Amino acid sequence: MAKWFMLTLVGEDRPGIVAKLTHALFEAGCNLGEASMMRLGGNFTMMLMVGFDGKAKALNDVIAPVSESLNLHLHVDEINAALHTHLEPDVRISVYGADRTGIVSEVTGALAESGLHILDLESDVAGSTESPLYIMHIEGHAAEGIDSLRAALNLMQDRGIETSLEEIDTLLG
Amino acid sequence: MAILDILVFPDPVLKQASETVTVFDDEFKQFIADLDETRLSAPGCVGIAAPQVGRFQRVALVDVSGNPKHKSNGYMVLVNPEIVEWEGYKKGREGCLSVPDYTGNVMRATSIVLEAQDVEGVTQRYECEGFEARAVQHEIDHLDGLLFLDRLVSRRNDLFERKVYKK
Ligand SMILES: [Zn+2]
Repeated sequence: MAKWFMLTLVGEDRPGIVAKLTHALFEAGCNLGEASMMRLGGNFTMMLMVGFDGKAKALNDVIAPVSESLNLHLHVDEINAALHTHLEPDVRISVYGADRTGIVSEVTGALAESGLHILDLESDVAGSTESPLYIMHIEGHAAEGIDSLRAALNLMQDRGIETSLEEIDTLLG
Repeated sequence: MAILDILVFPDPVLKQASETVTVFDDEFKQFIADLDETRLSAPGCVGIAAPQVGRFQRVALVDVSGNPKHKSNGYMVLVNPEIVEWEGYKKGREGCLSVPDYTGNVMRATSIVLEAQDVEGVTQRYECEGFEARAVQHEIDHLDGLLFLDRLVSRRNDLFERKVYKK
């Protein structure tokens, strides 16, 4: 059975990266699993699970010609992984405020202490160079309930960070 | 009573529209009972539609009363349902017995009025809000051959949905 590898690729963004890379993986008989790809600060970043029947070195050799031609840094890790192991988030938290050092660690630190297990986080810096605005969206699991997270966020509010929390009530039907 | 087999996408029949129910006989009532037993066999499942078990008739069951925080009409047998009024839109997370191991965000009307026949064929009128309205819309979609996958919206860049600015 094929093993799972985590591929990390980062480099200057340009059109066609995903198509070229996935074509090379397809040609080499790889299976794609879960993936997250996104443009961050003018770079294109990819993290993807790849099922491959061979060693990390061999997989690296398959991808290296493509990643080099696209000027992407490549990293390959054999990982202990499986598909169909999703954890369902039960809370969504949005945060925004004037960008300043420590805002992320302050907020995520308080939330972690209140039982939040982060499953998905994306953040952005908007506004302008002179007055940047930090925006963050988190989905996670509230291991100690919603109320303790609300209390943690209320403290943030007092420090000038806007927050909102919404329970995720997933419908099954 | 029997637990029926759930069809799972990519079975193409899930994308086919179902037909109007015209016969309300004992066999039909037995089917409704089996359909609800099938729903109840899946933990947390609040709705099911006949085409999910391979019967292409316009019948769906919805019951969100299991969680007391949801406003609810209780157990609803919806035969030939029609939504006659819609209001508001909200994004919410949905999953489906026919699409295992995936959930996604879907926009749905926040309150609806619907007309449907009951198990005896008598027309009933229901007002549904929030989670129950969402469940009804999800099930009626099944009758039209639509899955929540057809209506996914991005998980990213959510708005601050809880903030309501009054005029
Ligand atoms: Zn469904």
